Amino acid sequence: MASRLTQSNRTGWLMALPGVALIATFIILPFFLAFAFSLTNQRLASPNPTEYVGFANYSDLLGLAIFTLEPERDDAGQVLRDEDGAIEYPRLRNFTRNNPDFPHLQGKREWFGWQSGEDRVVVLASDVVFMKALVNTFFFVAVVAPVQAGLALVLALLINQRLRAINVFRAIYFMPVVVSIVVVSLLWQFIYSPGNGLLNNILDWFSFGLIAPRDWLGDTGTALPSIMAMSIWQGVGFHMVIWLSGLQTISPTLYEAAHIEGASKWQTFRFITWPGLRNTAVLIIIVITMQAFALFAQIDVMTGGGPLDSTQVLVFQAVERGYQRQDISGGSTISVLLFLIVLTISLIQRYLTREKH
Amino acid sequence: MAAVTGDNHGLRLATRYAVLVLVAIIFIFPLLFMAMSSLKPDQQLLNDTNSLRAFLPVGDLSLQNYWDAFDRAPIGVFVLNSVLVTATTVVFSLFVCSLAAFSFVFLNWKGRGLIFSILLATLIIPYETIFIPLLLMASQLPWIGAQGFEVGWLNTYRVQIIPFIADGLTIFLFVQYFRDLPKELIEASRVEGASWWQIYRKIVMPLAGPVLATAAILKFLFMYNQYLWPLMVVQEEAIRPVMVGLGYFTDQLNVPWGEVMAYLTLITVPVLAFYLMLQRAFIASIASTGVKG
Repeated sequence: MASRLTQSNRTGWLMALPGVALIATFIILPFFLAFAFSLTNQRLASPNPTEYVGFANYSDLLGLAIFTLEPERDDAGQVLRDEDGAIEYPRLRNFTRNNPDFPHLQGKREWFGWQSGEDRVVVLASDVVFMKALVNTFFFVAVVAPVQAGLALVLALLINQRLRAINVFRAIYFMPVVVSIVVVSLLWQFIYSPGNGLLNNILDWFSFGLIAPRDWLGDTGTALPSIMAMSIWQGVGFHMVIWLSGLQTISPTLYEAAHIEGASKWQTFRFITWPGLRNTAVLIIIVITMQAFALFAQIDVMTGGGPLDSTQVLVFQAVERGYQRQDISGGSTISVLLFLIVLTISLIQRYLTREKH
Repeated sequence: MAAVTGDNHGLRLATRYAVLVLVAIIFIFPLLFMAMSSLKPDQQLLNDTNSLRAFLPVGDLSLQNYWDAFDRAPIGVFVLNSVLVTATTVVFSLFVCSLAAFSFVFLNWKGRGLIFSILLATLIIPYETIFIPLLLMASQLPWIGAQGFEVGWLNTYRVQIIPFIADGLTIFLFVQYFRDLPKELIEASRVEGASWWQIYRKIVMPLAGPVLATAAILKFLFMYNQYLWPLMVVQEEAIRPVMVGLGYFTDQLNVPWGEVMAYLTLITVPVLAFYLMLQRAFIASIASTGVKG
C-alpha cells in the first residue's frame, strides 16, 4: 500500500531535478574536468588549440632526482678549495641545462642537499616551490589537526560543566568561528607585526622583558607556525561544538554509576567519556584534516607565500597557476593531487579508527 | 568520602571561573582590539599597542576612520553586493535543496538510491579542488539575459550565486530531518487526494523550521565569508563583495590601519550581532554538520 502511494517517477524526478542538475553541473562536472585538464595544456584563454600532454603536468610538478656532486680536483687529484677552505664543486647548472649526458636532470633545480664525505649530495626538483608547498601543507595539517582537535576537546569538557552563565562562555569561545578568516587574518597580521606589535608587547610584559620582539610573519622560522596558531584560534570553537554534541549523547546514568563506584576524574574520562566519543573523534579528525588541507585565505592575506616560500601551500599554488598565470591545466593538476591526498588520508583515518570486532 | 567544606567549595568554584574567564579573554581580545582601534587615529592606535589602552576606549576617539574608509572605497556598494549575493543564494538553496530532499525521502522513483549515493560522495570534494576548472567553465558558459544570448559568466552576480545554490550537505541535512517526520502524516494526506506539491508546501515545509534555520545559517556563513571564488571571478568594482573589497585598504603602500580596523568592524559586527541574537541556532547548526559521519 505505502509503496504504491509513494511510487511517482515523474514528480519525483521533477522535484529532485533542480538540485541534482546544479550539483552535477557545478560540482561533479568540474571535478572530472580537473582530471581531464590535468592531462592537457589547457589555458584560460589561448589562440592555440588544447593538446593532450599525458602526465607531463604531473612530472613537471613531482619530478625529483638525487645527484652527487664530486669535488673539483687538480691534475694531481687534490681536492680544490677556495680561499675559505670550502671544497669547490662543479656548478649544478652544467648538468641541468642542456647536458645530453644527464637528460633526467634537464630543467631541475636544487631543493636541498647535504654533505657526504667529500661529495655533496643534492636533491633536485622539477618545481622546487611546489615541493615546498607540499611539505608546508603536510606540516600544517600534521600540527593543526591534532592540536586543534585536542584543544577543542579540552574546551568542550570545560564548557560541559554545570555552572551558572556557562552559556555565555560557550558563546564567546565560538565567536571567532562566525568571523571571516579574511578578517581574522588581517587582524592577526597587525597583532603579529614586528617591533611594537601587540603580541610582542604582550610577551614582553608576561616575560618581564625576557622574550625579545620578533618579526613573526617575516621570519622563515616563525611565519608558518604563526599562521597555524591563528588558524587554530579561529577554528577551535567549531570543533568544540561538535565534541560537545558528542559529549551530550553519553548517558548520565553511566556517570552516576562511575561516581558510586568511586572512580577518579581521569578514570571517568578514560573509561566512560572517551569510549563514548569514538565516532565523534573520527568525524572531527576527518573534518579538520579536510579543512586544513584547503588553507588559502590566511596565506593570501598575511604572507603571499613568503618569506622565501616558507608559507607556500597547495591551494595557493593552484591559484597562482590556474588564476594568476591562467594555466588551467597546471592549477587543475595541483587540485587533483590535493583531492587524492585528502581522499587517501580520510580513507587511512577511517581504516585506522574502524570498529574492531 | 570526605565532606567538602564550604570554603573549599568556594575556592574550587572560583578557580573554575578563573579558567573560563582566562580562556574567554584569549578568544575575545583580538575582536575587542579591532573595535577599539577603529575609533582611534593611526598614530594613537600604533602607540596604544604597548599597554592595556589597546583594548580600552580611551584617548582621542572619533568616527573619523569610518568616514575616511567610506571616502577611500565604495563600501556601500560592497555591502549591498554581499547582502544581495548571500540572500539570493540562501533563498534559492533552501527551496532547491529541501525540494530534492523531499523527493529522496518521500517519493519512490527509479535511480533514487544511486543518485543519492552520488550526492553523498560529493561531500568529500572540497570546493578548493574544483575552483580552477570551474573558473574555466565560468569563462565559457552561455547565458540568456536581457541582452539576449551571451557567453561568459565572469564579472556577474550569477557566477557568485548559481554554483552555490545546491550542495550535498544541505540536501543531506534536509533528508535527515525529513526522515524523522511521521510517514503516516504524508500517507494520510495522499489518501485524501493531496498532490505531492501540496504535501511539500502545506505539510512538510511548515514543520521544517529548525532544519531551515540550520541550512540557512550554514549557507549564510559560507557565502558571506567567501573569498577565493569572488577573488578569481569578479574584477569589476560594481559587483565586488565585502571580503574582496578589503584589497582597497591593504594594497596601499602605507596601510591605513585605522581605516582597516573600521572596515573590519563594519563588516564583522553585523554578523556577530546576528550570531549573538540567534546563538542557539548558530551553534546547533554547526553541531548538525557533525552528523555527516
